[in-house]
Amino acid sequence: MSERSKLNENLAQMLKGGVIMDVTNPMEAEIAQRAGAVAVMALERVPADIRKQGGVARMSDPKMIKGIKSAVSIPVMAKVRIGHIVEAQVLEALGIDYIDESEVLTPADDMFHVDKKKFKIPFVCGAKNLGEALRRIGEGASMIRTKGEAGTGNVVEAVRHMRTIMSEIRRLVNLPKEELMTFAKEIGAPYELVVKVAQEGKLPVVNFAAGGIATPSDAALMMQLGSEGVFVGSGIFKSSNPEKMAKAIVKATTFYDKPDIIAEVSEDLGEAMYGIEMSEIESGSILSDRGW
Amino acid sequence: MLVNIGVLAFQGSVIEHMNSLSRLKDVNPLEVKTLSELNTVDGLILPGGESTTIGKLLRDFELAPYIIERINMGMPVWGTCAGMILLARKIAGGENPHLDVMDIVVRRNAYGGQLDSFSTNVSIPEIAESQLPLVFIRAPWIEEVSEKVKVLCKINDKIVAARQDNMFVTSFHPELTENLEFHKYFAGIVAHNMLEKKTSCKK
Repeated sequence: MSERSKLNENLAQMLKGGVIMDVTNPMEAEIAQRAGAVAVMALERVPADIRKQGGVARMSDPKMIKGIKSAVSIPVMAKVRIGHIVEAQVLEALGIDYIDESEVLTPADDMFHVDKKKFKIPFVCGAKNLGEALRRIGEGASMIRTKGEAGTGNVVEAVRHMRTIMSEIRRLVNLPKEELMTFAKEIGAPYELVVKVAQEGKLPVVNFAAGGIATPSDAALMMQLGSEGVFVGSGIFKSSNPEKMAKAIVKATTFYDKPDIIAEVSEDLGEAMYGIEMSEIESGSILSDRGW
Repeated sequence: MLVNIGVLAFQGSVIEHMNSLSRLKDVNPLEVKTLSELNTVDGLILPGGESTTIGKLLRDFELAPYIIERINMGMPVWGTCAGMILLARKIAGGENPHLDVMDIVVRRNAYGGQLDSFSTNVSIPEIAESQLPLVFIRAPWIEEVSEKVKVLCKINDKIVAARQDNMFVTSFHPELTENLEFHKYFAGIVAHNMLEKKTSCKK
């Protein structure tokens, strides 16, 4: 492994146990930092608005990203469309800390992802299952997150993705060596990475939860299921009291195994974001199906 | 002598420190999130992570005054990266200090963003004779120290490791490498401190 990819995985390790928050302007970024976020994701529209407004969702305006970068001292991430090599080059040129090659934006390529090994900047990518996670890591992702279903305020998909990844890892760990190649073929993952996961019993990079997390209990639930930290997108700035919600989610993520603390921080938070039941979503609007 | 070394477990490279400590003889590693857990340890590691996040949780859960008290009473403490920022008396740029105990002025993200993260190998006689791998992730450096502080390592004229009595700080992350020398060094400080406490009790 190159020194650069090791350093990039190392930064993800520093974010563990923390909350990464979507922000759309410097003021929200400051609120997120003050509330205890370990990083912010700079984007023009949170997923709930992208879902509502439709159209093609693209990388954010570099000026807006720079504004957020200068407003905070914590790491800044931003999203590129799946397979959009040039958007990734632009974000690298801006000197931000992490790129999210994200299904929340409209894919630029319907067959291939960015060759992330060509870049110096680290990438995080979404995954619904172990095969998808290992394909992204094979392409050079330094961090994985569940896809969940962004912008719904409904945690059910993130739970399904995290449980799927964890149960596939548990199954893999118990396979004899001679069955690993066929397992790799079945899940569509690079053989070397399958062998590595079988040996270590975990993904080779840090694994966060994302997509639909809307309350402190949602965040703690994902942590109890084995997530190493959480992304909260629309869940904070689409709630009625963003600062309070942000602080509460940070605390619940740290003390995910202490129900008394989660109860205390969950009191009097106001309205969580409006949620959407999965069956209400038209099949063409399911973001987590994006990714190859 | 068995020593209990805690790792502040709010956020960051907690497991990495726990794993390094568990590979040492005579060290019992413990995660620390509460006062009762803090009370069981003989030494404390403040891990890498985000200093703004960890500092906020230290204040909100009212652990900060107890950690400060323990440090003032001589408990050995080691801050890596964010942990070093937490211990500093001053943060360049005007941000409020967190634990405010060590006579150092630190600059956060001193090298820049993630694209400026790097690793290198150096020798630090105080720690070990062999070359030591140092990993810097969006790292801080120390800009100023008082005469009470011993500078242990400089890279390109910037201070990246220092010690003041029971307080030890590194800009970099030994917990991200397989090398155990820094953890051995800190465990040695903790064991020595325990021994001294025992002797002074007997007197």
